[in-house]
Amino acid sequence: MSTSQTPTDPTAVPAGPVVPADLQDERLIAAQGLRGWAGATWERVKSGDLGSLPVVVGLVIIWGVFYALNPAFISSRNLVNLSLQMVPTGVLALGVVLVLLLGQIDLSIGSMYGLSGAVLVVLFVNQGAPIAVAVLLALAAGAVVGLVYGLLFNRFGVPSFVITLAGLLAILGLQLRVLGTDGTVNLPFESAIVQFASQMYLPAWLSYVLAVAVPVVYLASRLRTDRRRVAAGLSATPVTMVAVRAAVMGVLLVVVVAVLNDDRGLSTMVVLFLALVVVMDLAIRRTTWGRSVLAIGGNVEAARRAGIDVKRTFLSVFVLCSTFAALGGILGAARLASANQSSGGADTNLNAIAAAVIGGTSLFGGRGSAYSALLGILVIYSISNGLALLSVSADIRYIVTGAVLLLAVVIDSLSRRSRAAHGRA
Amino acid sequence: MSTTTTLAPVLSMTGVSKRFGAVQALKDIDFEVAAGEVVALVGDNGAGKSTLVKTIAGVYAPDGGNVVFDGSPVSITSPSEAQALGIATVFQDLALCDNLDVVGNLFLGNERKHGGALDEVTMEQESWRLLRELSAKIPSVRIPVASLSGGQRQTVAIARSLLGDPKVVMLDEPTAALGVAQTAEVLNLVERLRDKGLGVILISHNMSDVMAVADRVAVLRLGRNNGVFRVADTSSTEIIAAITGATTNAVTARAARRAPQEEQS
Repeated sequence: MSTSQTPTDPTAVPAGPVVPADLQDERLIAAQGLRGWAGATWERVKSGDLGSLPVVVGLVIIWGVFYALNPAFISSRNLVNLSLQMVPTGVLALGVVLVLLLGQIDLSIGSMYGLSGAVLVVLFVNQGAPIAVAVLLALAAGAVVGLVYGLLFNRFGVPSFVITLAGLLAILGLQLRVLGTDGTVNLPFESAIVQFASQMYLPAWLSYVLAVAVPVVYLASRLRTDRRRVAAGLSATPVTMVAVRAAVMGVLLVVVVAVLNDDRGLSTMVVLFLALVVVMDLAIRRTTWGRSVLAIGGNVEAARRAGIDVKRTFLSVFVLCSTFAALGGILGAARLASANQSSGGADTNLNAIAAAVIGGTSLFGGRGSAYSALLGILVIYSISNGLALLSVSADIRYIVTGAVLLLAVVIDSLSRRSRAAHGRA
Repeated sequence: MSTTTTLAPVLSMTGVSKRFGAVQALKDIDFEVAAGEVVALVGDNGAGKSTLVKTIAGVYAPDGGNVVFDGSPVSITSPSEAQALGIATVFQDLALCDNLDVVGNLFLGNERKHGGALDEVTMEQESWRLLRELSAKIPSVRIPVASLSGGQRQTVAIARSLLGDPKVVMLDEPTAALGVAQTAEVLNLVERLRDKGLGVILISHNMSDVMAVADRVAVLRLGRNNGVFRVADTSSTEIIAAITGATTNAVTARAARRAPQEEQS
């Protein structure tokens, strides 16, 4: 475009060395080096831009309390159990994060969890289908349910709350029908899917390689981005800063892997869950699709006018959420080596939704991340696991989980108010 | 400056109508804008300005009438179709996503990609270039739009409309929330758009803005055409008379039409 206009504004030309394009505004408070970064971070936290800080602090407190009450909580054996317990519901929570980002909800994920488990065991055990076919058909059941939700939502504009509430009942009925008179169907213990979910662990060396590779990849991609930013005349994060972050990440991962390897190790099912979280995080933050999801969650009308295919995005998210629910059901059935009429009942639904919210995904759309599914599910299963270790009964467990959920929502509301007051809404 | 009215219209609408239930929002509207021309669209509240804008932008489908864009008849049924044709719109409510940052909003629906992923670096660089071009006072493009002031939000919305290399830009009340300097900047920008050969449709209540930049003024009243004036040949009182309806009788309307002709002859 034209650059013919000569600026007459004397402040437009910065004195001294070339300032990156994004740091030229004279009102910006410069934060340089490590201390500057720490100061800026502290300012951000004070103004209510908490990110995942509350849930991480909460997790540390929860672990500290349970460790004080029963040191066995931090034992390798228990942590491996915890990592396995959280996966099926965690996969559900990942789907919930997606619908919440759109400002919608799916209440039928628990039923979907039960139905896909039922489809899996009936096809595999009763009908003798190959395991791959059973898994694919169970996933397909989820995709079809999500497709129906999406089409109903797009066509009739019925709130997703109501559609999925109806779905909750209908799918529960389907689950009972598929299971028929059997009630409970057991998966053979030596089948590949049960082995995958409960017996397969990464070799120690491979888990360490992963724990080192992840921060290395992070470091490399950050450095590459920073090089491109500098080439484009933009500011870059100081290299030491990036390196410190990668080092902290690496140390944490190696410690976690070392603790887990002290017992059985890193389960393949856990690796699958973590990979899904990372993939969904990249999809949300780094793809056009993810940008559309966030935009629709922020302002549907604006997204529509920007030319985003809103209906297709809704459809894709409902399909993904139900498919994740189906995958959760498959993993749940595989982990317990059985599916029955009460699979996916009781608190499955609410645990998954609570996990997404506790992890920091807003109920009102447009705000949140895939990692909130991981953090939130860790909180919920740490509580239930810790209380079970203390031989506390289910009644107390529900009450404590409820209180934590309430606390998370209160923190979210307070920080939102503070963000608004500090101009960071 | 105003030697341009002989150009072929880039967008021309004839007989466009739109009903909402019992309300006839637009009735037999004729409207056109040429390349390199600023047409102001004025009218009282409820005159149908915003409805006409949304019809052009593809938000509403018209009930009847013809639309010709760039010489060929088109029917614009969705915002993305309007964008693909080259019609960019800055709506009165700005249509920004508060939760996204400035870069995210600027490139919404039009993201740059780099190896399959969003190209944040190029987008940020382009954002700064665009904003500098508008002399925008925005300290950081990495803060959510919710934390910007009204004028800054307006600037972001206008900057966004320029990204897709449009042929026609519609600005719905672009100066309503702006300070003195920023209003002047926006008007400068409107002139720059015209000099680049874009057709600009400017919706405004501010008569001094209209007289300052527009080549022609199209007046709507109660959903109908109420006269088209060349700014060079008219006065703001005449336009205000057309807006308020003081000229609705046939004689004064005729006088208003004849006035420019008499000046020419």
